[in-house]
This record gives sequence, C-alpha cells and structure tokens, in this order.
Amino acid sequence: MIEHSWTDRRGFIRKAGLLSLVASTFTLLPRLALAAWNKAAFDSKTLADAYQAMGVDAPKESADVQLLASDIAENGAVVPLQAVSKIPNTTQISFLVEKNPNMLAALFDLGPDTVADVTARIKMGQTSNVIALVKADGKFYTATKEIKVTLGGCGG
Amino acid sequence: MGNPMKIRAASKDGVTEVKVLMNHEMETGFRKDASGAPIPAWYINEVVAKLNGKVAMEAQWGPSVSKNPYLAFKIKGGAPGDKVSVSWTDSKGDTRADEVTVS
Repeated sequence: MIEHSWTDRRGFIRKAGLLSLVASTFTLLPRLALAAWNKAAFDSKTLADAYQAMGVDAPKESADVQLLASDIAENGAVVPLQAVSKIPNTTQISFLVEKNPNMLAALFDLGPDTVADVTARIKMGQTSNVIALVKADGKFYTATKEIKVTLGGCGG
Repeated sequence: MGNPMKIRAASKDGVTEVKVLMNHEMETGFRKDASGAPIPAWYINEVVAKLNGKVAMEAQWGPSVSKNPYLAFKIKGGAPGDKVSVSWTDSKGDTRADEVTVS
C-alpha cells in the first residue's frame, strides 16, 4: 500500500498545523512588537475602526508630539511628513489621514536605540487632518495638523 | 526581486541618520487604466531596517505611502564602518534587501 502522508487528509492537517506553529514561532522571535502586517488596521475606513484594530485606547493630544509638514501640499501624491516625539520610551509612530479611503498610512515600530523622529511621504486624496500617533509605555498620544491639498493624489 | 534602493547612512555626534529611497509603484488599487479597468493594488507593506544586524525599525505600510517611498530615521550609536541594511516585502510577496556602510 502506497500512502503518501501529504495526501492523507488528517496527516496533512496535522502537519500543516505543526508547520504553521513552527513558522509563527520563528517569525515572532526577531520581531520588535507586532507579529504581522496589521490588515484590519490598514483596511479600516473610519478612525475609530483603525484605532480599535491598532489597540489604541483614548489617545491624548500632546504638545510633546510634533507633526512637521507644510500647511499646503501642492501635490497630494507626495506629502512629506515628519513626526517627532519627545515622550520617553516612544516605541511606535504612525501616520493617519482622516479623509483618505483608509485612515492608516504607515506605522513604524522603533527599536530601543532608534530616535523617535521619522520622516516619510504619503498620498492624500483631499484636504484633511493628518494625525501623528505615538505609543509610549503602552499609552497613545497624538499631534494633529490640517494639510490643504490643491491636487489630489489618489485620482485616476 | 525588486529594484534597488538608495540608502545613505551618516554618523554625526553619536547618531546615525539613515535616508532611504525605494523604487516601487505603490499602486493603491483605486486607480483605473486607460480602458477603465481597475489597476490592482500593489505596494510595499513591510520594511525592516537594521544596524549591524540588530533591528532598528520595523514599518508596516498601506497603499497610501507615496510612489517611490522615501524614509528617514535616526539611530543612537553607530559609527563609520558600521552596516545599515534595509529590506522590504510588497503585497505580491516580492522582496528587496540592500546594505550600506555608515559614513
């Protein structure tokens, strides 16, 4: 009798389960904080949903978080943003755009020696509030700035 | 294999500043081509940056990061001769890794 274990349903399920366990253990080890790309957060269509998917509870607007960007973005396809946090133990910085189809644009988990100062460029469909969200010691802080867009970046 | 990145890493006053310019379409999935058919989403969703093999930053991105993404950050420590490596994975599973020496 020839029975390859992979064609046997139960054996396959057992092995697949074992493999995924091994894989998840392996991928968890070198990570800083988050295990995998947070699909739920990136799919969120409201700020409340995005915050929930990111585990954000009652974020506070803080003067120690700075969102550096120009007031007017001539080209919504390329809007430079810089977020700086002066809050000790800042471990995560995110950029969210309230009026984009999906709020969350980018999330950065920082290592212990990484300065809480991140610059990136994002797309904006229209004039909107942009939020720099900072996580420090498990608490969340924000800086909000309205950026006017004269030419949208999500058109086609 | 994706297109090469441009990475600059410079050490100054005990801080290593890293600037990365990636080469990627970052297609949102909201655009349509000339015939009106939707262009499928295709974007970098994970980025890992390391200094001397130690993870300094892990980023998760959505499609609203700009085309040909630019990223800048700073790491305490690091000296000329150290290695900074950056790698990304996109939504199609393509990857790219590049390394530079800190100047």
